[in-house]
Amino acid sequence: MTQFLNKHFKHNNSIMSEQRKAAALISGGLDSMLAAKVIIEQGVHVEGINFFTGFCVEGHTHAIRERDRAQPKRNNSLWAAEQLGIKLHIVDVIDEYKDVLINPKYGYGSNMNPCLDCKIFMVNKAKQWIQENGFDFIITGEVIGQRPMSQRKQTMPIIARESGADDLLLRPLCARNLPETLPEREGWVDRAKLFGFSGRSRKPQMELAQQFDFVDYAQPAGGCCFLTDESYSAKLVDLWQNRGTKDYELDDVMLLKVGRHIRPKSNFKVIVAREEGESRFLEGYKKEFTSLISSSHSGPLALIDGEPTDEDLALAGRIIARYGQGRDAEKVDILVRSQKGLEQTIQVSPFAPDQIAEEWFV
Amino acid sequence: MSRETLNARRLLCPLPVIRTQDRVKQMNVGDHLEVICTDPGVMQDIPTWCRINGHTILEAKTEDGEYIIVLEVGE
Repeated sequence: MTQFLNKHFKHNNSIMSEQRKAAALISGGLDSMLAAKVIIEQGVHVEGINFFTGFCVEGHTHAIRERDRAQPKRNNSLWAAEQLGIKLHIVDVIDEYKDVLINPKYGYGSNMNPCLDCKIFMVNKAKQWIQENGFDFIITGEVIGQRPMSQRKQTMPIIARESGADDLLLRPLCARNLPETLPEREGWVDRAKLFGFSGRSRKPQMELAQQFDFVDYAQPAGGCCFLTDESYSAKLVDLWQNRGTKDYELDDVMLLKVGRHIRPKSNFKVIVAREEGESRFLEGYKKEFTSLISSSHSGPLALIDGEPTDEDLALAGRIIARYGQGRDAEKVDILVRSQKGLEQTIQVSPFAPDQIAEEWFV
Repeated sequence: MSRETLNARRLLCPLPVIRTQDRVKQMNVGDHLEVICTDPGVMQDIPTWCRINGHTILEAKTEDGEYIIVLEVGE
């Protein structure tokens, strides 16, 4: 009896005296927003965490391309946090994330997306964060069966266990399909007010969004991660194969998004700007890469990634001449600038369209 | 009160926001931070970040193709 009273007293006392605190993983999509809102509604203090891996680059094309710069895309995680009225902590995990992408224990999805390892990593980082910041538990917007790789009935316990979060990890949208977590057992949240969503249908989330008056939310599923993109993944694989090592820097991540990537030979590739905004963006890399631009006609800037010979530079020159105003000229002057700023001009004949082999395009 | 400048040129969002957030953590309430960026997205993202985290935007302008935001550190 005493034991019961102590437990009961402690339980009520904790509710009365201390507002519990939860960290919500906010991706900017609808599900994480709903999960946070469900817990806020239960009187828990919620703050958001968003992890920046380098691949969540939804607004970058807009920031780079000339025609899109006037209408930059909003950052959905910041926007979601503002709608929820919560703080958002954006955490740079670019370096730590490399190991997740390069050596995923559970492998890749349909492209280079290591979704399950990624989720384990993020929940683990969230656990570290709550320990450092005096928070009680973690919320995610996961729904059983929502995604083929990371959000399945079998993977839910793997994420909880391998992240080390165990029963500190609460998934408010599907909690009633899962074993009770610590916040539920301790009465910090009421399990009866959580949900039992499952499957790929978005209907339950849409209805809940309507209840919460969320109208202008980001498109769900797939998110902003470029690793789920087939074309982007192909460029990443090409990079690793031709460098002979599975490694990357943030600049690589950015450059894979910009321009045409053309690899005529295994020792180098040419990144050709597609428009003025991209040329301006590539300008910023002239100290890291050999660059080429036509000096006799207007045309795009190109970077050379790799170790080209003089013969290779002439080949690259013929490629970029093809994309400039001198494409129909007999000869085009190409200014080649080394990383150290040494300049030379070479004269090339622009390639005809059919001379740039289709398999060169990465 | 101190005034500091953060060079966030060439960084694409959310990196300017992350750099701003990290610098603000080291500053005191009432201090001013000038952030200089080249990504136009900061004109939206840094003010949003400030609103949700209790900081005040004092100035946001475009100058010679750069985006300059001055904020005051809040509680």
